[in-house]
Amino acid sequence: MPKSLQYKIILILCIVGAAVYCLYPSFIWYSQKHDPSETSAQKILKLGLDLQGGVRLLLEVETEKVPADEKKDVVERALEIIRNRVDQFGVSEPLIVKQGDKWIVVQLPGVKDPQKAIEIIGKTAMLEFKLVNEKADFEKIPDGFEALDKKDGGRLIVKSTAELSGASLSNARVEIGGSYNLPYISLEFTKEGASKFAAVTGENINKQLAIVLDGIIQSAPVIKSRIPDGKAIIEGMFSMDEAKYLAIVLRAGALPAPVKIIENRTVGPSLGSDSIKKGALAAIIGFFAVCLFMPAYYKKTGFLADMALALNLLLLCAAMVLIGATMTMPGIAGIVLTIGMAVDANVLIFARIREEIAIGKTPLVAIDTGYEKALVTILDSNITTLIAAAFLFQFGSGPIKGFAITLSIGIISSMFTAIFVTHAVWDAAVFGKTIKKISI
Amino acid sequence: MKENKKNTSPATDNNGIKFIQFRKKAFLLSLIFFALSIFIIAFTKINWGIDFTGGTVAQIKFDKQINIEDLRESMKSYNPTIQEFPKSFSYILKFSQSEETQNLSEEVNKKLTADFHTSSPEIMRFEMVGPVVGKFLIKAALYAFCGAIFGIILYVGLRFRGGIWGLAAVAALIHDVAITFGILCFMKISIDLIIITALLFIAGYSVNDTIVIYDRIRENLRRAERKNISDIFNSSITQTLSRTLITSLTTELAIIPLFIFGGETIHSFSLALLLGVLIGTYSSIFIASPLVYIVIRKH
Repeated sequence: MPKSLQYKIILILCIVGAAVYCLYPSFIWYSQKHDPSETSAQKILKLGLDLQGGVRLLLEVETEKVPADEKKDVVERALEIIRNRVDQFGVSEPLIVKQGDKWIVVQLPGVKDPQKAIEIIGKTAMLEFKLVNEKADFEKIPDGFEALDKKDGGRLIVKSTAELSGASLSNARVEIGGSYNLPYISLEFTKEGASKFAAVTGENINKQLAIVLDGIIQSAPVIKSRIPDGKAIIEGMFSMDEAKYLAIVLRAGALPAPVKIIENRTVGPSLGSDSIKKGALAAIIGFFAVCLFMPAYYKKTGFLADMALALNLLLLCAAMVLIGATMTMPGIAGIVLTIGMAVDANVLIFARIREEIAIGKTPLVAIDTGYEKALVTILDSNITTLIAAAFLFQFGSGPIKGFAITLSIGIISSMFTAIFVTHAVWDAAVFGKTIKKISI
Repeated sequence: MKENKKNTSPATDNNGIKFIQFRKKAFLLSLIFFALSIFIIAFTKINWGIDFTGGTVAQIKFDKQINIEDLRESMKSYNPTIQEFPKSFSYILKFSQSEETQNLSEEVNKKLTADFHTSSPEIMRFEMVGPVVGKFLIKAALYAFCGAIFGIILYVGLRFRGGIWGLAAVAALIHDVAITFGILCFMKISIDLIIITALLFIAGYSVNDTIVIYDRIRENLRRAERKNISDIFNSSITQTLSRTLITSLTTELAIIPLFIFGGETIHSFSLALLLGVLIGTYSSIFIASPLVYIVIRKH
C-alpha cells in the first residue's frame, strides 16, 4: 500500500477516534437521569431551551423613566442586578446579555417555575420608607405629598421624598413569627443606613412610617421608639414563597429603572422532551430511509455512501460539542436536511463513475476520473447552500442560528466524508487487485 | 447509467429526453403558478405569525379529547384563534394581546384549570412577542433574506461570468421561493421566522440544483461546438437527471419523517421544505436551463 494512502487512513482513524472521544461524555450524560439544575463538569452537547424547557425573555429597560443624571450605564446596572437575582434563584447556565441599546436577553434553561422566575426578574423592587401624613385630606393633597395604594386595600397620603431606600439595605431574610405568626422579612441596614434610620425613627415617634415597594404600601407601622440597631421588618401577610422571593429581590437590589418584558418564550419541560423524542425519531427514520435507498440504487457502492453518511453525523455532533454550539429543534431539522443532502456529493461522484464506465473506461480509471470531475460541481453546489446558511446565522435569533449551524457543519463535513474518506476506502479496497467490474 | 452503456461519449449519445421542447408548456405552467402566488401574496390576508405582528401563542395539551367549542367558550374573553392537533390532544391558541397583558399565561392557565380540570390541561409552550420586537424581527428577516439572495446572485454571477446563466438561475430561485410562499399563504399557514428560514434554505437548494445542470451544459457545449444546441441541452439535462432526481428524493426521504413525526413546532417548516425541494427540482430542469437555451441559441 502506498505511503500516502496509509497516511490518509491513519488521519481518518484519528479523526474518528477524536470525534468519539468528544462525544463520549455527552453520551454518558444523556443516558443518565439528571436534575435540570445540575451541570456537567465535562464538555457535552448542550440542548437549547426548546428541547430542555426553559424561558427566554427579552427585557426593555425603560430608560425614559429615569432622570437624565441617572441615565448613565442604566442598562448595564440593570443587567448586573438581574444577574444577581438569577444567581440567587438558582438556574444552571443562565445567559444574560445586552442586546442593542436598551434590551436585555435572559435565558433560563430548565427552570421549574417559569412564572415565578419572570416575576423575580421583572420586579423593580424599589423599596422606600416614607412618612405618612395622617392629617392631610385626599381631596386636597398638599405639595410634596402623594397618595399611594395599600396592599391590603385603602390608601394613605405619604411624603413624596423617601426617608430611606432599598439602597441602604445590607441584608434581607425571611423569618416566621411576629404579630401574625406568618412569614415576614427582616431587614438589616448598612452602617450609614442604620444611623439615618435611627434619626428618622427618633424624630417621628408615634407617627406612621410606610414601607413602600414598587409604589405600593406593604405596611405602615407606627413608630414606637427610636430604632438604633438598623433593623426593621416588613409584615404584609405574605405567603412563604412570596416572602422568599421578595427577600431575593431585596438582597439583589432594586433595578435602576423599571423593565418591561417585550418577548417571552417559555417551553415546558414536557414539550422539550417530547420534541427531542419526535426530532430524534424523525432523524433516525430519515437516516435509515436514505441508507436503505443508496444500496438499492447504487448496489454495494451504496454502502460506501451510507458509511460516509454515518461518519458525517458523528463528525457533525462532535463539532457541535467542540465549538460549544447548542442543539435546538431547528438544529435537528438542519441535521435531517444534512442527511438528505450529504449523500448528494456521493450521488454526483457515483453518477460520474457510472458514466465513465459506460464509455468503456476500466473501473480504476473510472473511479479516479469520477472523483476528479465531480469535485468542482460538489463545491459549487455546496457553496450556495453555505451562503444561505451564513445569512441565517447572522439573523441572530436563537433557534434559527441552530438550523444554520447544523446545516453548515453538516455540509462542510460531508465534503470530507463523501469525497476524502470514500476515495481512500476505494483505494484501499482495490489496492493490489485487478478489478474487472465494480458493483455500482 | 444502465441505459447509456452502449453509447460512446456523454456528449454525443442519443439526445435524451426532449426537455427543451417542453419549454413553452413549462413556462406557461410556471407563469400561471407564479402569477397566482404573487396575487395571493399581494391581495389576500397573509397569516403573519406573532414573530412579526406581535401577540401571544400558547400550546395547550390535554390528556384526552375535548370539545373545541368548549375551549372556544372558555377562552371567549381573550378571543384567540385556535388550531387543533387532534392526534396529540393539543391546541395552539393565538392571542392578539402581547406585552400589555403581562399575566396572560397565568390567567389562561387558571381559567383552563377551572374549566377543564377533568382533562388536566397543561401549557406546553407560551410565546409572547411585543410589537417592538416584531418590527425588529421583520427588519432582521428582510435583511437576512435580501443578503442571502444577493450573496447567491453574486456567487452565481461570478461563477458563470454574469449574463444569462446567473439571471436564469436567479429567476428560477425567485420562482421557487415565490410559489412555495404563495402555497403556504394560500393554506393560511402562520408565517413565522422559521418559515422564512425554510424559504432561505429553498433559495440555496434551488440554485444548488440548477448549478449542477449548468456545469454539465457548459462542459458539453465546450466539447461539441457544432452540435445542435437543443440536443446539447437535452442530453445534459438527461445525463444529470438521475443525480437531480436522486438528490431530491433522498432530501425528501429525510424531510418526510420530519413532516410526519416531527411534532407541531416543526410541522409547517417541514411542509415548506417538502414543497420547496419539489418545486426547486422542477424549476432547475424545466425553467432555469430552458431560459438559458432561448437566449444562447440565437448566438
